[in-house]
Amino acid sequence: MSSPTTGAGQPARSYPPRPAAVYFYATCLVDLFVPEAGMDAITLLEREGIRVIFPDNQTCCGQPAFTSGFPAEAREVAASQLDLFAEDYPIVVPSGSCAGMIRWHWEKIFADDPVRAARAAAIAERTFEFAEFLVHVLDFRPRDAGAPTTVALHTSCSARREMGTLLVGRELLARLGNVKLAIHDHESECCGFGGSFSLKHPDISTAMVSDKVASLKATGASQVVTADCGCMLNITKRAAKEDQDAGRAAPSLPGEHLATFLLRRTGGQASGEQR
Amino acid sequence: MSAPTTQPGGETRPLAFVSAQALRERMHAAVNDPHLRTSFRGAMDFLMAKRAAQFPDESELTSLRELSEGIRQYSLSKLPDLLEQLETNLTRNGVHVHWAETPDEANAIMLGIARRHAAKLIVKGKSMVSEEIEFNHAMEAAGIGALESDMGEYIVQLAGEKPSHIIMPAIHQTKQQIARLFADHIPGVDYTDNVDALIQIGRRVLREKFEEAEIGLSGVNFAVAESGTLCLVENEGNGRMCTTVPKVHIAVTGIEKVVEKLEHVAPLFSILTRSATGQAVSTYFNMISGPRKPDEKDGPEEVHLVLLDNGRSQAYADEQLRKTLQCIRCGACMNHCPVYTRIGGHAYGTTYPGPIGKIVSPHMMGLEQTHLLPTVSTLCGACGEVCPVKIPIPELLIRLRGEAQSKPHALPAMVGQGAGYDRLTTFVWRMWARVYGRPGSYRAFSWLASRFRMFAPSQQAGWTAARTPLTPAPRRLRDMVRNRR
Repeated sequence: MSSPTTGAGQPARSYPPRPAAVYFYATCLVDLFVPEAGMDAITLLEREGIRVIFPDNQTCCGQPAFTSGFPAEAREVAASQLDLFAEDYPIVVPSGSCAGMIRWHWEKIFADDPVRAARAAAIAERTFEFAEFLVHVLDFRPRDAGAPTTVALHTSCSARREMGTLLVGRELLARLGNVKLAIHDHESECCGFGGSFSLKHPDISTAMVSDKVASLKATGASQVVTADCGCMLNITKRAAKEDQDAGRAAPSLPGEHLATFLLRRTGGQASGEQR
Repeated sequence: MSAPTTQPGGETRPLAFVSAQALRERMHAAVNDPHLRTSFRGAMDFLMAKRAAQFPDESELTSLRELSEGIRQYSLSKLPDLLEQLETNLTRNGVHVHWAETPDEANAIMLGIARRHAAKLIVKGKSMVSEEIEFNHAMEAAGIGALESDMGEYIVQLAGEKPSHIIMPAIHQTKQQIARLFADHIPGVDYTDNVDALIQIGRRVLREKFEEAEIGLSGVNFAVAESGTLCLVENEGNGRMCTTVPKVHIAVTGIEKVVEKLEHVAPLFSILTRSATGQAVSTYFNMISGPRKPDEKDGPEEVHLVLLDNGRSQAYADEQLRKTLQCIRCGACMNHCPVYTRIGGHAYGTTYPGPIGKIVSPHMMGLEQTHLLPTVSTLCGACGEVCPVKIPIPELLIRLRGEAQSKPHALPAMVGQGAGYDRLTTFVWRMWARVYGRPGSYRAFSWLASRFRMFAPSQQAGWTAARTPLTPAPRRLRDMVRNRR
């Protein structure tokens, strides 16, 4: 299996029929920093009649160590996650990069451990990014109950290039009758998060996120929507810092996870405040 | 080393040791240079649009990339055989073939040829390998002039700089800066920032030099083993002049540039020019298969090929790292790189900047000098997505991060392995794995982090320099899920 990060484009993927239940793999960032995004995703899935199983032993997919050049540590953490998904249900992940880690890299990090590699490969086959799952498995057709609005969509690089979910994000927004999507300048460009990159090379990361915030704001959109919490925190906290520095009380660029946005637009009760 | 020390109008001093700190300082200066930011953004946007216009049909691009990747991988899989075959056929065609393991060896070989011909001036076509080995410096140290004849390289040479892009070496220079350079350094030239006039001035100067030079130097884009042919892609015609006018032609290239058959060149040539400059074809495509024959009226009397290793065989020895050598030097990865766009080419301090530079330089220079380079990436994947030969650049960056962080090993896969190793970082990741690799520990840790969220620091190193702090949520998702049920 080769990763589409290599630029191979998105290999066609076959999707299962609508399941009775799914595993929800929240990711460490959502669990600790943006739990409302996870909760809203769960609420949406349940509203669609899907039983959602939250394995309590879930921690992290291992991506932070993997991309930092610590494959042994990534392997140790990923190995602890292989037992979580005993039934043959799909695994839904509300993050493109964590879904990409499981789908493309888990098998590789167990290259010298054929038993775990085989299990990782089987898990990879039924791992779906949240928006991808809504469109391709559930054929989610929301009834937009919100007032007309214009939003911008930021697709994480992993979602775009590893999971191929740029189009599904757009598709979901297009299915909301009162929501207009504003395409921002350099839309496909990275927001500059890159995990430890933002800590290790703050100058360049800041330059990138400032440009991203500026082009998002330039659309005049009321908010940004994204399906990746890493990008969301990077973008909204940069915008918040700009607001702070300028003495603005109201956020100039609020942001939400796609799950929260979809839930609110369809009459659901979101579990947290807008960021 | 910092940006190479330069004397106005003089030659660039050789590269010394690159420390991680020096790299940081250069990147800091570059990203805070508003002029550089604006000019690179504009130039890269232009190049991205040009490339995109060449590939309106996604499926055609996909299949051409697959074919090109296949050809490069096939060629590499037979590299030792193909190199032998190339040598045999070139020799039969009358070309002298030389092998150089290091830049010093390559320069010594070429200096030997120059001395044998009592050469005073070598006129050069564009060659990144000659930059890699600091050819100009080596020749000037021996009292032989080396003059760049590619317009961009000529500008960079006048400015005493190094190329900031592998295809467009002077892309960092504005036309006003170039006008100033010409007026200051070319006798009898007045300041003009009319681009056509500048090109005419450059051409006039260079034309004379082609006649004067005893030796012409060029790079090679593809070396065809089966026929012993050197293919050279260029736009200005100076490459053809360098390889035909002087009585001696020396071509220098890396050992990875060989392909088996002429028919393997066509797809690579097509995807090269379209990816690089967004041209359907380049203005010139030269095929050199030997010196002037007795009944021919022009061409060099002597042709040499210098094949350089300089770390390539290290990359070759490892199945994954070998993919680095698939590169056909189009520069699309840098054009599409959000980091390169913001810091430009000089900040890297390596001959090859941008994503390809990050994966190839560690083999050429060792990880001691380059271990920080692979970390200067968000792994966004834009480079891998556009690479015409499908080099998985993000994957290789991750691999190199690992090689840099690993404990120095008795049989290292790479020179300088472990050069980025530090105990604290390693300890932090070990602890992280202990906590996150044991669900019970993670639950305890995350409960504490959430419970004592008010103690989250308000200053979080690089993060809060530009953002408000990250604070754990009052309730974890697992708490919300449990409370609801």
